[in-house]
Amino acid sequence: MSEINLPAAAEPVDSIGLKALGVAAAIAVLLAAPFLASEYWINAIIVPFLILSLAGLGLNLLTGYAGQLSLGAGAFMMVGAYATFSLQLRVPDLPLPLALIVAGLIAGAVGLFFGIPSTRIKGFYLIVSTLAAQFFFEWLFLKFPWFYNGNSSATIALSRGLSFFGLDANGPHGRYYLTLGIVALLTLFSFNLIRGQTGRNWMAIRDMDTAAAVIGVPVFRAKLQAFAVSSFILGIAGALWAFAYLGSASVQSFGLTRSYQILFIIIIGGLGTIRGAYFGAAFVSLLPLALDWLFQHVFSGHVDAGLLQNIQKAIFGLLIIWFLIKEPEGLARLLGLRRAQGTRRRLFPS
Amino acid sequence: MNMFLETLIGGLLAGTMYSLVAIGFVLIYKASGVFNYAQGSLLLFGALTFVTLTDQGVPALGAIALTIALLILTAIAIEKLLLRPLTNRSPMTLFMATLGLSYVVEGVAQGIMGSQVRALNLGIDDLPIFLGDIMISQFDLIAAAVALAIVVVLSLLFNRTRIGIQLRGVADDTRAALSLGIDINRIWQIVWAVAGLVGLVAGLLWGARQGVQFSLSLVVLKALPVLIIGGFTSIPGAIVGGLIVGAGESLAETYIGPYLGGGITPWFAYVLALVFLFIRPAGLFGERQIERV
Amino acid sequence: MKRLLVAAFLAGTLLSSFAPACAEEVSQYIPLPTYRVGAYASSGELWWGGERDYFRYINEVEGGVEGVKLNYEEFETEWSPDRTVEVYERVKAGKDGSPLAFFFTHGTPATYALLEKAAADKIPLIDPAGGKTETVDGTVFPYAFPLLFSYYSQASTGINYIAEKVGGFDKLKGLKIATVYHDSAYGRASQPAVDALGRKYGFENIQIPVADPGNEQSPQWRQIREQKPDWLFLRTWGVSTVVALKTAQRFGFPADHIIGDVWAGSESDVIPAGTAAIGYSALAPYPGGTDFEIHKRLKAEILDKGKSDLRDQKLFGAVNYNIGLVNAALAVEALRTGYKHFGARPLNGEEGRWAFEHLTIDDKRLEEIGFKGLLQQIRITPTDHEGGGAARIQSWDGEKWVLQTDWIKADHELLNPLIKEGAAAYAKENGITPRTPETETN
Repeated sequence: MSEINLPAAAEPVDSIGLKALGVAAAIAVLLAAPFLASEYWINAIIVPFLILSLAGLGLNLLTGYAGQLSLGAGAFMMVGAYATFSLQLRVPDLPLPLALIVAGLIAGAVGLFFGIPSTRIKGFYLIVSTLAAQFFFEWLFLKFPWFYNGNSSATIALSRGLSFFGLDANGPHGRYYLTLGIVALLTLFSFNLIRGQTGRNWMAIRDMDTAAAVIGVPVFRAKLQAFAVSSFILGIAGALWAFAYLGSASVQSFGLTRSYQILFIIIIGGLGTIRGAYFGAAFVSLLPLALDWLFQHVFSGHVDAGLLQNIQKAIFGLLIIWFLIKEPEGLARLLGLRRAQGTRRRLFPS
Repeated sequence: MNMFLETLIGGLLAGTMYSLVAIGFVLIYKASGVFNYAQGSLLLFGALTFVTLTDQGVPALGAIALTIALLILTAIAIEKLLLRPLTNRSPMTLFMATLGLSYVVEGVAQGIMGSQVRALNLGIDDLPIFLGDIMISQFDLIAAAVALAIVVVLSLLFNRTRIGIQLRGVADDTRAALSLGIDINRIWQIVWAVAGLVGLVAGLLWGARQGVQFSLSLVVLKALPVLIIGGFTSIPGAIVGGLIVGAGESLAETYIGPYLGGGITPWFAYVLALVFLFIRPAGLFGERQIERV
Repeated sequence: MKRLLVAAFLAGTLLSSFAPACAEEVSQYIPLPTYRVGAYASSGELWWGGERDYFRYINEVEGGVEGVKLNYEEFETEWSPDRTVEVYERVKAGKDGSPLAFFFTHGTPATYALLEKAAADKIPLIDPAGGKTETVDGTVFPYAFPLLFSYYSQASTGINYIAEKVGGFDKLKGLKIATVYHDSAYGRASQPAVDALGRKYGFENIQIPVADPGNEQSPQWRQIREQKPDWLFLRTWGVSTVVALKTAQRFGFPADHIIGDVWAGSESDVIPAGTAAIGYSALAPYPGGTDFEIHKRLKAEILDKGKSDLRDQKLFGAVNYNIGLVNAALAVEALRTGYKHFGARPLNGEEGRWAFEHLTIDDKRLEEIGFKGLLQQIRITPTDHEGGGAARIQSWDGEKWVLQTDWIKADHELLNPLIKEGAAAYAKENGITPRTPETETN
């Protein structure tokens, strides 16, 4: 999908038919999921997984496609969440879906602003700009009570819940479908974007921005576009994380560890692939739970609990390293879903 | 005026504590092109090992020797198990790997040695010294002297020894160094070990100030803007960057903070770094890369 | 191989949600979100040690609570509210046939995050000496229990102690009292109370924030040296307390004029500060020490038999360990109240709320359970979810905490209107009709 050099593969007709069948089956499973899984699975695993995938998708557009390194994913999610809260509180006439879009646009504008340094700064030096955003917004949203409406716990929650157009999306099913719908729409949007001229510009910049400039790619504009679009998606993901998953959130929900988590998602899932974000999100949200489960059942009671938790942390780190060594192009490649093998992409040209 | 001078001097001295952390980064980045996020964890690991040993009754010198030995072994292990398999991967992948490494180091260190806060007494009392009306921390003065000593030792190491010259060769042009028969893996081991030692010194100083505990690993966040301002590849840059960040932060909290409600230090250093980057996109002392199409 | 591994992980997590529900004798399920990893592990580790040791003592020595065994289980959260929410979702339906009677949040931010969810699910959130202060008003917040000692009470007790030190409330007039606080909602939680107290007694209220994590505080303490406060209230958490004490020493602020709050007054805060902490006092709704009756019982039955969860037994009786003991005892006594009323079987959330709202621990009961001196008298009602509101003051002599006073009560007459006001504002914003406990049956 993202490969520029990939010719439309001539596939046998029956394979296309199979594919359509597969897609249909996948959609059916997605729609029926709430009736197959327990409430815990929906609330605590599937919904956060979908939102993290969306956040991963947003960051992947910036880092995986346009090659701009960012450690500020959490900051843009934060902006989206707080903007949604403010809009719902102060512009009560705006229905939730529109509020989400406007909040996304606000996050996009903020992203654009913090993206301006990218026109002069490259590589690891660029992370300072995104880190500045991270720490600045953590401070801002905590410092000024206006942002959380003077609430003594400095948390934000939608007092009217997730209702819009007479629909009530507050139950586990409602939140699942709301999240699924938004994630699906934005995934589609991203697909179209990267297939078009914008996506090509981004990839040209990623592969080598000096060269891209020489062949006439508007580098400045394309970089800012990437920041804006990525932050737009991250902003919406942040709002969903706060209100569709957690219910109420504070700046701690979008701290630096969140930014790292999103970065892990795209690196483990596969830079520069759309589905990579989904695989990565599945990996980082399920692995700790799986480890937890494993340790509870195998070692609990035999080993000191403090030791156990620390070993778990070390194993998580080891798995990440092992993974980076064994599978440089992420789960998207590992699971064999990428069809043709283009040239290996590198984030930074040497 | 005195208040201003005191804030400035206090900030400059505090900044050298950041520089100490940043130097470890620079060494590794210079030699292996790795942005080593795990430097903070290594710092914690070194300090924690030292306190645990002294708590067990090992005399201080013996504890230092054992800790250094352990850090060298760790450096060799990191090179063999992490750097070598990841040779020629993107800097981003290496960065993520060091993030994973930091989990491993923290998990192992705290799993074995416990997560209790330990007191660390280096025998330096943190008492004020007065120069006229201006108060200076004795502890900060000693820390600054240590930082200076480290820079001198490192520059001697780089400029006067065979290993140092090889190391500079690797930093300048890895491929050329390889073709000259320099054992690049060994160089990496040495550099990581030296960075570990610098981390140990930083860890001990920071640990004496705030107790040896997990939070020690968070001082990396203070070191990042220092690195950015000084440039990733320059040790004098790390010192100058530290001074700028320390002084800037201190002055800003005192003079700008009250207008914004205070507590602005976490982001101020980054904004400061950003301003510097606009003027010099590779830091004050960093090497500017020339791109060819 | 790799695919297998991935599949195995997925299968593992799937299985975990379908754990078999079989047990003849059903025990009460108590999940414990804990943090043995991360920045706050040094406090946490002892805390869970205390909680687990007490639960174990109840199970093994007393045969459970009214015969019902306690089934406690830990979940790592690294003190992250988001991860605590995940744990909450995982456990809220109970386990092995036991519903959830209450949920320990083990941290104020986690309580904030769960407030609305738990109210909707009807599961009491238990956060002794923490939580959101307004939730003391049980008519608006039926499912939140900031037991023992709210943040307003902390401020008030601190001021009462200063008044005692300076020789009366009238002497407070014209004094400067500074608060150095962790710049977060948690750190600011006491501000309205200090503000009101300042207006009542005429002292000057200076508030100075320290940004997280707080490992460099020279600018703050330089400001303190400029303003020369007479007393200082320290509301920091984790490493920022150690650095505050050390920096205070450097700037020549006397440690015996610093009073720490509950979460700045443990061994983890003073030991690393060395000599800088000598003379420093702290509010102690959970005093440190091993001279209490319960410690003798635990020593004989748990520690000496090698069953303690404590890794380093030198820390037996540390403040954080005692926090764990007191919290566990509050839970056990509440369950006992509930079992006596509903019968000896695991309680659900609504029954748990009833149990906590009828929890009374008087002096006699304190003697019986061995907590005399360690825990204050408790009387929780549907309108008062704090139920205590007093603390002792202890100060650090370089080796151990020494208790300075008996229980000092907070000024509830002054605080209650503030709490009511906050709760009413919350009720209005969220469309909650406060319940009227007098009309409730059972």
